[in-house]
Amino acid sequence: MSEAPAMPRYYLTTEHHPENGTLLGFWLYLMSDCLVFACLFAVYAVLGRHYAGGPTGAQLFDLPVVAVNTSLLLLSSITYGFAMLAMNGNRLRETLLWLALTGALGAGFIGLELREFAHLVAEGAGPQRSAFLSSFFTLVGTHGLHVSFGILWLATLMVQLARHGLTAANRRRVMCLSMFWHFLDVVWIGVFTVVYLLGVLP
Amino acid sequence: MRELLLGRLGWDAIPWHEPILLGTFIGVALGGVALLAVITYFKFWGPLWRDWITSIDHKKIGIMYVILGLVMLLRGFSDAVMMRAQQAMSFGDSAGFLPPHHYDQVFTAHGVIMIFFVAMPLVTGLMNFVVPLQIGARDVAFPFLNNFSFWMTASGAALVMMSLFVGEFARTGWLAYPPLSGIAFSPDVGVDYYIWSLQIAGVGTLLSGINLIVTIVKMRAPGMSLMKMPVFTWTALCTNVLIVAAFPVLTAVLALLSLDRYAGTNFFTNTLGGNAMMYVNLIWIWGHPEVYILILPAFGVFSEIVATFAGKRLFGYASMVYATVVITILSYLVWLHHFFTMGSGASVNSFFGITTMIISIPTGAKIFNWLFTMYHGRIRFELPMMWTIGFICTFTIGGMTGVLLAVPPADFVLHNSLFLVAHFHNVIIGGVVFGMFAGITYWFPKAFGFRLDPFWGKCTFWLWLVGFWIAFTPLYVLGLMGVTRRLSHFDDPSLQIWFQIAAFGAALIFLGISCFIVQIIVSIRRRAQLRDVTGDPWDGRTLEWSTSSPPPPYNFAFTPIVHDNDAWTDMKNNHYVRPAEGFIAIHMPKNTGAGFVIAMLSAACGFALIWHMWLPAAAAFAALLIAIIVHTFNYNRDYHVPAAEVLRVEHARTLSLSGHV
Repeated sequence: MSEAPAMPRYYLTTEHHPENGTLLGFWLYLMSDCLVFACLFAVYAVLGRHYAGGPTGAQLFDLPVVAVNTSLLLLSSITYGFAMLAMNGNRLRETLLWLALTGALGAGFIGLELREFAHLVAEGAGPQRSAFLSSFFTLVGTHGLHVSFGILWLATLMVQLARHGLTAANRRRVMCLSMFWHFLDVVWIGVFTVVYLLGVLP
Repeated sequence: MRELLLGRLGWDAIPWHEPILLGTFIGVALGGVALLAVITYFKFWGPLWRDWITSIDHKKIGIMYVILGLVMLLRGFSDAVMMRAQQAMSFGDSAGFLPPHHYDQVFTAHGVIMIFFVAMPLVTGLMNFVVPLQIGARDVAFPFLNNFSFWMTASGAALVMMSLFVGEFARTGWLAYPPLSGIAFSPDVGVDYYIWSLQIAGVGTLLSGINLIVTIVKMRAPGMSLMKMPVFTWTALCTNVLIVAAFPVLTAVLALLSLDRYAGTNFFTNTLGGNAMMYVNLIWIWGHPEVYILILPAFGVFSEIVATFAGKRLFGYASMVYATVVITILSYLVWLHHFFTMGSGASVNSFFGITTMIISIPTGAKIFNWLFTMYHGRIRFELPMMWTIGFICTFTIGGMTGVLLAVPPADFVLHNSLFLVAHFHNVIIGGVVFGMFAGITYWFPKAFGFRLDPFWGKCTFWLWLVGFWIAFTPLYVLGLMGVTRRLSHFDDPSLQIWFQIAAFGAALIFLGISCFIVQIIVSIRRRAQLRDVTGDPWDGRTLEWSTSSPPPPYNFAFTPIVHDNDAWTDMKNNHYVRPAEGFIAIHMPKNTGAGFVIAMLSAACGFALIWHMWLPAAAAFAALLIAIIVHTFNYNRDYHVPAAEVLRVEHARTLSLSGHV
């Protein structure tokens, strides 16, 4: 066998390091989740005015409360952004602080949403009342469920950050959760517009 | 309290009064006990757990998917035989042997199992095994998720199997249209089994779709640009894009159906503003891409096989890629052809009829590419090639009946008839099943190091091919005469002869499946004679044939560099010399049991939800969350194969190669 040349034509002599695919994979997951929301939006678009003799959006929705709710969620996106800046500056304590604030704002959002739901159910406008209310509770509730899991994830991640610091693996996780959190914000903009703003129109 | 713990589960859930089910159950139970005894006796539990259940090796996971698909094929085919027998005998005064209540479960289970738990695992298994090898990667992008995906699919299959012996399965047809599948008309557990088995398996499918896309996009060997990817990898990429873009819709629509059933909402009910046709639309927005999810990888398999056994570069590589991508896109624009009779009007129906017909153009281009690849080639009629030619002849006819059904006025007559049943079996058996048999035969030596016995393989092929045509031609005829699908009894005695011919065809297919089992047993016994020492038994053209059979856990000692579409042919033509020294340590992922545990907890949660066992369901869900969180605390997920170990494995191969020559 002849001596192999310095650079063989058909193989690498060093280890091949493909780029990390986690962020792309997480993006793809988010897009698949986006399709779940797309279905729920489509269902709401079809059924959103099927009141079946029951209450309408204009009668039920309390826009000032929803406005507060929306601001809580939008603020939480800003605070998450500050957490990312702190992480990029390698300031662990500050990162944790901003993350905690984000979680608190998210919890406030969920609290207000649950209050709204309880109020509707007490009024006899539960998800069983009409197709409109079924699709309303499902769309808004699915978003709320996502935010709740986001908060659980956030809490877990804060423990992991406190334990292991800003390692490469943890930075990647903070970035994934960041995409998840902002994605939920974008979905909420859609919910706010399609469900609440258009819903109170006659 | 009993209500919260056991829900509606009781001793009456066991079908004591159904002799067929009881007999099957006793058979399965005895077989299961015997299997467990054998595993215990030979002390296989340890290796089974370490080498298979917790394995994150894409090759082993691929093999497990294929085994799952083949086992479920036996179940799905038993259902098919029962239907053919019932329809052949149930005329006039004879009621056959299946009461309608049971018959309806049989046809539902047949469809669900064949699509979700036979075709999907076979396709996913082949992609899992082959794609990383074809692109010169060491594993998939997310090896742990891969293991988890498999066990989620297996959990879904387990739930379907459980419905046979505990409770019952849906009686709604394989897509469970409401309002029939709603709580008002299906109050029992059948539809719940359907929902939860598909939801659990669906998570696995979606994650494996994401996994393979990232693998193909990010982990190709240096030099392999997109237009140098093997065609099977291209079809795998498109299929997984379809999976990621279609399965969330199935998840969403099944979730809405379960809300209707569990929470009393009104999405698809007849009252309070619900709209059942919305379910039909949504489920076909998943369902039509689904058939392309199944057929595209089969097209990829045939492309690899035709080029290999014609000994030529694939004709029209670029057009093959474009055709695949065009089919991927068009598959989203045709869903309404499944229910032209909904009454959406002439313009809408024309749009969907025309888009449907347009799909036959890229598909036809593919057929011509395969024919031109064979033209002037030196064709070797090995088994995979026989399946391919059987496919081209069968599938083309199935495609033509499809174009016929795409004409809305014709569809109004043929909708829901046996003509439709014959059409989709024509493309799914002729396309997907033949493709999977071709692929399994083609890559079997790569997976196990020995070829499958050709004699029994030829018996399998001819029995399947002839059996298929004898079983389904009568259904075309009956469909044209106006016989609708899913009937368990007929009054017109003049139809009976056609059903008897179809039953005879099913018997031939039964012999074909038996021959396949014999083929595997014979091949294992004759493995010494069938051994593949070279790693390249068919004179293949792509990278998977450049490594040993079976490949080492790390696939390639050194990552290959690609210069040409047919990378391995290029290497062989340019006197590539296999490296024998200078090995370096290889970075590999570690096995983990987390995927298995989480999937089993999901199955437990699903079972509890089916039976309304609220406390166990809540407990299983809490355990599920905890298991996921605990898994995220595991940061120690990889290790290095030492260079000395790589040297030992590669040296052993050098010795066996020189011994062979």
